[in-house]
Amino acid sequence: MALFEARGLHKRFGAQVVLEEINLAFEAGQLSGIMGPNGAGKTTCFNVLTGRYKPDRGSVRFDGADITGMAPHRIVARGISRSFQIMNLFDEYSALDNVVIALPQVRARGFSVTHALDADTDARDRAEAVLDRVGLKGRERVNVRSLSYGERRALEIGVALATEPRLLFVDEPTAGLGTGATARLAELIRELKRHTTIVMIEHDMRFLFSLADRISVIHWGQVIAEGTPEELRENPWVRRSNLGGLA
Amino acid sequence: MEDDTKQTTAWLTAPILLSYALFGTLPFWIEAVGLYHYLGAEILIWVIFALGYNLLLGYTGLPSFGHGAFLGIGAYAFGLAQFEVWPNLWFCLAAAVVVTGLFGAATALFLSHRRGIYFALMTIAFGQIYFFIASKWTDVTHGEDGLLNIARLPVTLGPVELPTAGNVEFYYLCFAVYAVLVVVLWRLTNSPYGRVLRAIKQNETRVAFVGYPVTLYKWSVFTLSCAVAGLAGGLFAMAQEGAYINVMSLQWSGIIVLMVLIGGGFVSFWGPVLGVVLYFVARDVLGAYTETWLLWFGLMFMALVMFKPQGLAGIWQDLVRRTASRRRRLPAPATEAEG
Ligand SMILES: Nc1ncnc2c1ncn2[C@@H]1O[C@H](COP(=O)(O)OP(=O)(O)OP(=O)(O)O)[C@@H](O)[C@H]1O
Ligand SMILES: [Mg+2]
Repeated sequence: MALFEARGLHKRFGAQVVLEEINLAFEAGQLSGIMGPNGAGKTTCFNVLTGRYKPDRGSVRFDGADITGMAPHRIVARGISRSFQIMNLFDEYSALDNVVIALPQVRARGFSVTHALDADTDARDRAEAVLDRVGLKGRERVNVRSLSYGERRALEIGVALATEPRLLFVDEPTAGLGTGATARLAELIRELKRHTTIVMIEHDMRFLFSLADRISVIHWGQVIAEGTPEELRENPWVRRSNLGGLA
Repeated sequence: MEDDTKQTTAWLTAPILLSYALFGTLPFWIEAVGLYHYLGAEILIWVIFALGYNLLLGYTGLPSFGHGAFLGIGAYAFGLAQFEVWPNLWFCLAAAVVVTGLFGAATALFLSHRRGIYFALMTIAFGQIYFFIASKWTDVTHGEDGLLNIARLPVTLGPVELPTAGNVEFYYLCFAVYAVLVVVLWRLTNSPYGRVLRAIKQNETRVAFVGYPVTLYKWSVFTLSCAVAGLAGGLFAMAQEGAYINVMSLQWSGIIVLMVLIGGGFVSFWGPVLGVVLYFVARDVLGAYTETWLLWFGLMFMALVMFKPQGLAGIWQDLVRRTASRRRRLPAPATEAEG
């Protein structure tokens, strides 16, 4: 059975139906890609899968348990985490503090009023290790607002990683990155893939096709095609869209 | 609120000790500067209220515009506990804290899943509801007349009994409460709990997505700040020797917001203290010259909001930073320089 499974998800905002009927399954240990045109409902789909919105119909299962409509913090506690398409960081905090607060060991003492976080060297070491992984070594003390765009994108993933997820959702990680940064990101994701199941929305098809084990195409709120990158290269919709040199 | 590590792990910091020195000696010099002892007690009571309120506004970013209601509830609870149950200082203060905390907890059930303007509007609504109830439920609150003849109860410590009837004696009771509370709140704001509150202010959504039950945090901090308001309310009832409805009004709820913002509650733990001191000194000093002092104070507030939204504490931080970097002849730390 798949690690994560969504059945018959339907979501509307007022009269606008955004997700018609979504069926998805993600296997443990794989990187599953999601692509589709702008406004297809990809981010909304992530929002429903990770508890930001409740679906109007349908169910979501993770690791054998029904998590449909569960609050985000409960879903995180089960081992799911996500990064955001539009950056969602703690702007007054340093890079390090952004990561520290996401660590499970800090979360476990979230209601502690006596623990001195700044003296917690274990938490600091772990947070520094996370920053090192996403390529932010040496930038620990820098305020988020002073980080470059690319660094903030890396931190966005670092914060998601710091929760130590078994399943990680990433929404368009390459958006706005130059070629150098995109290459480094591919490196990072290849490394993450070894320990973590990943689901990634991505517009950059070259990037996605080189990393994904399976890809689902979402259009008009439905999964219109699914398969390995090789299978999808033959797909008429993928062929028609802007694949560029890939096809 | 950028605090260095040494400060954030300490129990007693330089600013705390400085505040002890200033407030601790206040009765010896306040008359020399042309003010009076009662003002000192008033300032400390509002400082306590403001520090608790800033947990909500400055740390969690939740604007409550009905917080005066909880100061009032604390004052009534103190008076009623004294008249109806047991006229013992510790008991009555505890009753003020617990009763106000319970009102806060119940109110927070309706507020803690809300954000921004909806949160703010709900706090106004609840503040008005409590004000209305207090004005109509005259059997308990004596309405517009107020709950009169609340006594300044003596401090009982085992066999020792210290009177608080005089303004200086009463001032030192307020100072003792302040001295303990400020350390508790300082530790709290630098604990993981405080860190989560500050994160909620910055990005509530992300806090939920790194695994925190945001609603529970908002509920708890609202309750906590109401409990502190109750403590201030209990002292206020003793200060005024009565509990009156006016502090529960929308206007007084607005004034606490004003004090905290003017002081710089958004950028500093000490913002509320500065704001309260400025407010009361302005009231008495400007007030001696003109009836319209609140107008001038309001204009000062507007100027600050326009030119330095970080308030007095923000101005102070700029000064410290500037002199520090000049002395070292080095650029400010990278976090600031590029910011
Ligand atoms: N909270 C919301 N309220 C109302 N409409 C929404 C909301 N969230 C998304 N939508 C609408 O749902 C549709 C799909 O949006 P979504 O962000 O899921 O698309 P997407 O596939 O992620 O697009 P992109 O590739 O541009 O990121 C859009 O028309 C959007 O306006
Ligand atoms: Mg999107």
